[in-house]
Amino acid sequence: MNNKIVKYVITDLLRNRTIVGYTVLLLALSLGIFMMEDNADKSIASLLHVVLFVVPLVSIIFSTIYLYNSAEFIALLVSQPLKRQSIWFSIFLGLGAVMLLSFFIGVGVPTLLYASSPSGLMLIAGGLLLSLIFVSIALWTAVRIRDKSKGIGLAIILWLYFALIFDALLLFLLFQFADYPIENIMIGISMLNPIDITRILILLEIDLSAMMGYTGAIFREFFGTGGGMSLTLIVMLLWIAIPVGLSVRYFKRKDL
Amino acid sequence: MRNRLSFVWRISVGLWVISGAVHAKTIEVGQRQANKSIQAAVALANPGDTLIVHGGIYQEGNINITKGIVLIGKDGPVIDGQHKYEPISIRASDVTVQGFTIKNSGQSSMVDMAGIKIYNSSRVTIQDNILDNNFFGIYSQGSKNCLIKNNRLRAYGKAEQYIGNGIHAWKSDSLTIVGNEIIGHRDGIYLEFVTHTQVEDNLSSNNLRYGLHFMFSHNNAYYSNTFRANGAGVAVMYTKHVRMERNIFEENWGDAAYGLLLKDITDSHIQHNIFVKNTTAIFMEGSNRVQILENRFENNGWAIKIMTSCMDNTLTKNNFVQNTFDIATNGGRIANTFDGNYWDKYEGYDLDKNGIGDVPHHPVSLFSMLVERYPTVMLLFRSFMVTLFDRSEKMFPSLTPEKLKDDKPLMKSVIL
Amino acid sequence: MIKIEQLYKRFGKLQVLEAINLSLDGGQCIALIGPNGSGKTTLIKSVLGMVVPSAGSIYFQGKDIGREWAYRNDIGYMPQIGEYPENMTIGQVLDMMKDIRRVPENQLDTELYEKFALGQIRNKRMRTLSGGTRQKVSACLAFMFNPKVLILDEPTAGLDPLSTEILKEKILREREKNKLIIITSHILSDLDDLVSQIIYMQDGKVIFHKSLIDLKTETATDKLSKAIAAIMSNKQAVPTVISHE
Repeated sequence: MNNKIVKYVITDLLRNRTIVGYTVLLLALSLGIFMMEDNADKSIASLLHVVLFVVPLVSIIFSTIYLYNSAEFIALLVSQPLKRQSIWFSIFLGLGAVMLLSFFIGVGVPTLLYASSPSGLMLIAGGLLLSLIFVSIALWTAVRIRDKSKGIGLAIILWLYFALIFDALLLFLLFQFADYPIENIMIGISMLNPIDITRILILLEIDLSAMMGYTGAIFREFFGTGGGMSLTLIVMLLWIAIPVGLSVRYFKRKDL
Repeated sequence: MRNRLSFVWRISVGLWVISGAVHAKTIEVGQRQANKSIQAAVALANPGDTLIVHGGIYQEGNINITKGIVLIGKDGPVIDGQHKYEPISIRASDVTVQGFTIKNSGQSSMVDMAGIKIYNSSRVTIQDNILDNNFFGIYSQGSKNCLIKNNRLRAYGKAEQYIGNGIHAWKSDSLTIVGNEIIGHRDGIYLEFVTHTQVEDNLSSNNLRYGLHFMFSHNNAYYSNTFRANGAGVAVMYTKHVRMERNIFEENWGDAAYGLLLKDITDSHIQHNIFVKNTTAIFMEGSNRVQILENRFENNGWAIKIMTSCMDNTLTKNNFVQNTFDIATNGGRIANTFDGNYWDKYEGYDLDKNGIGDVPHHPVSLFSMLVERYPTVMLLFRSFMVTLFDRSEKMFPSLTPEKLKDDKPLMKSVIL
Repeated sequence: MIKIEQLYKRFGKLQVLEAINLSLDGGQCIALIGPNGSGKTTLIKSVLGMVVPSAGSIYFQGKDIGREWAYRNDIGYMPQIGEYPENMTIGQVLDMMKDIRRVPENQLDTELYEKFALGQIRNKRMRTLSGGTRQKVSACLAFMFNPKVLILDEPTAGLDPLSTEILKEKILREREKNKLIIITSHILSDLDDLVSQIIYMQDGKVIFHKSLIDLKTETATDKLSKAIAAIMSNKQAVPTVISHE
């Protein structure tokens, strides 16, 4: 890690129009939802869609494009007396910090003002983690694929996979094995998708009554305990660490 | 001779009755009194006498009351059943038990032991007592016109089979059960073959099975009770002509947990109740001609699950707010009326400004139908895909019951 | 100063560098010449650590550069295309590089900064700059930290004639300071008065490495461009590797 690179990446990104636009969009959506809806939990339910779809989409696509556009600059940095892994990790930190800041201003602050309930806090935490996770996945995509359009294509496919296709597969699986006790396996499978983890955690807050039913109770038993919660947090952190870790490893040997 | 004897008999009975009414004795019982034992005092007393029992712990096994006397506890006397006996058995009419702490009744699988048990009597009053850690709390068997008022019942049941019900009535009539607090029993209040009974202002919470449970108990009314966090809420089964009004059903959580379970209920009335945070607020099965009106359903998993075995029920002027699902059903055949409710999920409009939405509201979502069949699908709730499903189903209904709709959805919630 | 031994690089099926052996000394200005795709840029990038060789070693002042990074303190690099974070100003880019290099302010070489008059446009965002101005920024950065080695990839491409002259003069002055300067360029006329040695590459191989004077005598020409043209026209006649050591 190199503080200076982090600092300059952040300086650069804070003036980026897309980032400013993204922050304003989130802020407008959050304030709009909170002002139109008098029930805080209903607002959280509406904002949940923003957090589950917009945040991962923007995080992964924006980061991927930024990385491709910075390819020459990154090459120049590599020609400087710097460790490769510290360059790459600094870029991750810079990108991550800016995405976190955007989300926090756009969704976090309004949520704290209007709905600082457990469900609101869970929403903020989930959004922050998802931002970092999809920046991390973008790093992995961008480092593995040299061609910009292919890389962006892969980023979109990955987003579609996590936001939509994974759930479709899960639904198919559920129908296929409806007669078997598969709830525990489902907890395991849901860990393979950070968007689903976030969604289930917030479900357990805003749809608690329904989740106390038969299937939900199994989830509640798992996520409701300290152990289950810590495990979930560890899984989310792994979702950040593994893609960025793999990308650093690859970047160390990459030809620029 | 025979005449004379009968005359004397009549005179003496008459005198006895008059002296009883006019010269009712008061007998004091306590450590510092002449009578140290309640049992002895009961033996001394005549019908109509009053026993004042002073503070202290009384371990006298079973106290069997066979005369119409009044027992009043002063300074908190404790009657301890030592986990072996039934502390108080009432086998006479016109008995009052007031102001005692009754604890540690015996426990038996052969007979239903209770803290206070009324056997085939009338006009018994059980009031202002604390019942702690008894197998059954207050038990009325074949009794009439009894008053059970302002008692605090507490038990510490770990499993249903090791604990009895709080207030248990069997084959009784015209009871008044009012202002009691029942915590930690099997069923909070259990009524079987009980008629013309009022259950009012009771709090029944954290009981292992139902907060209120009644079967084959016709013509009863339940007003202003609170049923909170019981194993499975309130169950009413095989009953006609029930009125349930102004009750609060809350936090009855679990797979088989209902705020209110209606099974084979007919010609009944459910009005002005509040259902908050229940997994299923009302579950209806085989119930006909039930009026559900002016209730508030908020933050429940399912507000109402209505099975196709239900007919001619009317739901109107209810508020459905922030429930995960408002209505769920298990089939397409709908023979119930859902008109004129407020649904916060209604997305229609009111161009003529008459307060009633211009397009009907379909309260059953495709996803809720899926969840009925595959409960595990709940895991995918609020995912993008499921939202897409529901949206497209709203536009082109194919699987959700077309006829289950509110033709006059209200634009604003009903003020209750 | 830089020694390259049996260097190989392969991109997939394509052999980009093959058995490169070179020894480059201080005080020389070396032109790296060859047709497109001959491996010039890959060779430069290998020296800079931007490309990881498939086999072979590169020594910088006697030390193997594999997995090293500190040696790059002694190299100034001017890339072919200078791309910088588009929302940063020229001043911020310069400051960032100063931050990275940690060279004290009084030891900085700001000659190009002044001659290119970058101070006047210090606050312009990088995305608003023309290609030529970016080249100036790149050149300025390459020389700023007084490195022992300068690697300039097509330094004059996109520069106006005046700036080209400024840069050429600067290169000459640095050569006087006993520095090693490596230049790749297609514009051979620019190199004539600058370079002392020529490395000619083709198909990933070094065809020859000799001094400019030797080259001119051999081909009996007085211009580098003519000399190269002469060699390319009778390439078969030239031995594959002529080492100049």
